[in-house]
Amino acid sequence: MTEADTETAPGREASRPARPSWWTARRRDNLAGFLFAGPQLAGTLVFVLLPLGLMFWYSFHEWNVLAGGFRFTGAENYERLVQDPALPGVLGATAAFSVGLVALNLSLALVLAILLDQKLRGTILFRTIFFSPVAVTLVAWTIVWRFLLQDDGGINGLLSVVGAEGPNWLRGETTAMAAVIVVQVLKNVGLNMVLFLAALQGVPKELYEASTIDGAGAWTRFRRITMPMISPTILLTSIITVVGSLQVFAQIDVLTKGGPGTSTTVLVYYLYQNAFQFHDFGYGATLSVLLFAIVLVLTVIQWQMRRKWVVHED
Amino acid sequence: MRTERSRRAKLALYGLLCVLAVPFVFPTWWMVTSSLKPANEIFAFPPTLWPADATLHAYGRVFDFAPFGVQYFNSMYIALVVTVGTLAVSSMAGYAFARIKFPGHNLLFLVVLVGLLIPSEVTIVPLFQMFNRFGMVDTHWPLLLVPIFGAPSVLATLIMRQFFIALPAEIEEAGRMDGLGRFGLYWRMALPLSRPALGAVAIFSFLHSWNLYLEPVVFLSTPEKFTLPQALTQFTDAYGGPMWDVQLSAATMTALPVLIVFIVAQRQFVEGLAHTGLKG
Repeated sequence: MTEADTETAPGREASRPARPSWWTARRRDNLAGFLFAGPQLAGTLVFVLLPLGLMFWYSFHEWNVLAGGFRFTGAENYERLVQDPALPGVLGATAAFSVGLVALNLSLALVLAILLDQKLRGTILFRTIFFSPVAVTLVAWTIVWRFLLQDDGGINGLLSVVGAEGPNWLRGETTAMAAVIVVQVLKNVGLNMVLFLAALQGVPKELYEASTIDGAGAWTRFRRITMPMISPTILLTSIITVVGSLQVFAQIDVLTKGGPGTSTTVLVYYLYQNAFQFHDFGYGATLSVLLFAIVLVLTVIQWQMRRKWVVHED
Repeated sequence: MRTERSRRAKLALYGLLCVLAVPFVFPTWWMVTSSLKPANEIFAFPPTLWPADATLHAYGRVFDFAPFGVQYFNSMYIALVVTVGTLAVSSMAGYAFARIKFPGHNLLFLVVLVGLLIPSEVTIVPLFQMFNRFGMVDTHWPLLLVPIFGAPSVLATLIMRQFFIALPAEIEEAGRMDGLGRFGLYWRMALPLSRPALGAVAIFSFLHSWNLYLEPVVFLSTPEKFTLPQALTQFTDAYGGPMWDVQLSAATMTALPVLIVFIVAQRQFVEGLAHTGLKG
């Protein structure tokens, strides 16, 4: 800043019209804060909190859009929820999907990140390859996999070239669930891989050097140094991945439509079917409450676990 | 001896990486090559890795079966508006929560963060009812308003806030001395410095909007208003079975341009992500 600038700055201030005395710089700044945050605050109010409240309100009503009635029924929807014969299966599928997805996603992401963290030429190429499905349109990715996994599709074609016979992947209960998990992991594992890679590269090299002198092996170094150092990232990615796993919809809709039977009908898909295919909004809202409760409980549990095993935190 | 061993270890590592790369590359490869195969070659045995007789025939048929050009335009303009809108909303809110100590800013930030716990899937039933009340079902409004102002933009606000918090206070002091007001500080000082964070937010809002599936399926019913993900699933024959050559051509046209942009810009893309506040 030049001297001339400092001279003119107060001058500019003085030439402004006189302000009322309550209009202080402090208040002006506060107003700016509210104005800047305003769109996001209003958006949260209208598109997050209001629908959340309405969800609870609707869940106490019988409301079939086609039949047209909207009637307060108290806890009836919740009684129905508890007695719903399909619900155990739906929750089982949801748990199987989420556990499988989170376990496979996080372990594969960590393995890929460790491989890419080695001093090797060409790791950027492999990083691009592992990350690229993130940039492939979700439904396009899923459609190709449906094409590949059908009975006379590419996977079984390639298997039969080597003399093996593959099952009809999307029609068997176990293989359909496994397929949905694997397709989703391959799509998004690159995100967690990149976050892990950044965390690995942030571990101070001196820590490794010191422990090598102490005679620690590779596994001990990994367990005693790497894991604690990257534990905040592991926590963050696991929260994102768990919550994300409960949102899976397109993959189910394109690959299996919840089948065979109801073996891949996860909670979001069941909610969608009830609300938008059977037009039962009251019960749909009740299922939404259940989904919300599950997301909330899982996040709180993970947040609590932070105290136990996140050793290093900025 | 030692170098021999490390050379072998390197080869093994490369081998492992190549094997692991197959399931990540093969689907995209298969999508593009199959879309170029004539219908009778698509299910040929043994499968052909490269079309023996490449043709763009199926690409033309995409436009016969659906208003694919309009649907492409829909997806494109919605994703662009969502991206610009999210950048504006999240950078302003992120700036306010990071740098302006207005009354209740911590509490209000926590309220906004609640959005992270409430994905649109949870609130899709009431959201449908709200838009229905205002006659906005089967319009693009829900696909524009919810991502820009609702739960999806919360993550963007969080990223921007983490970035702005790390900006040194001296920069703003200098701006103040120059007589900049709050908007000037935000627009002329903070924004130009936050390109990596803005880049990451832009990429993720674009991809989020481009991939959106549940919302269009719930809100839209007129094919001319469909976005691409929903449109892709509609290429079926009279029996409801997919017309694979047409569907894969449409999928290629949807996915390939974005993928190519990613590969060209991948360094900013990946590093922008790794260096945002998401890093733990």
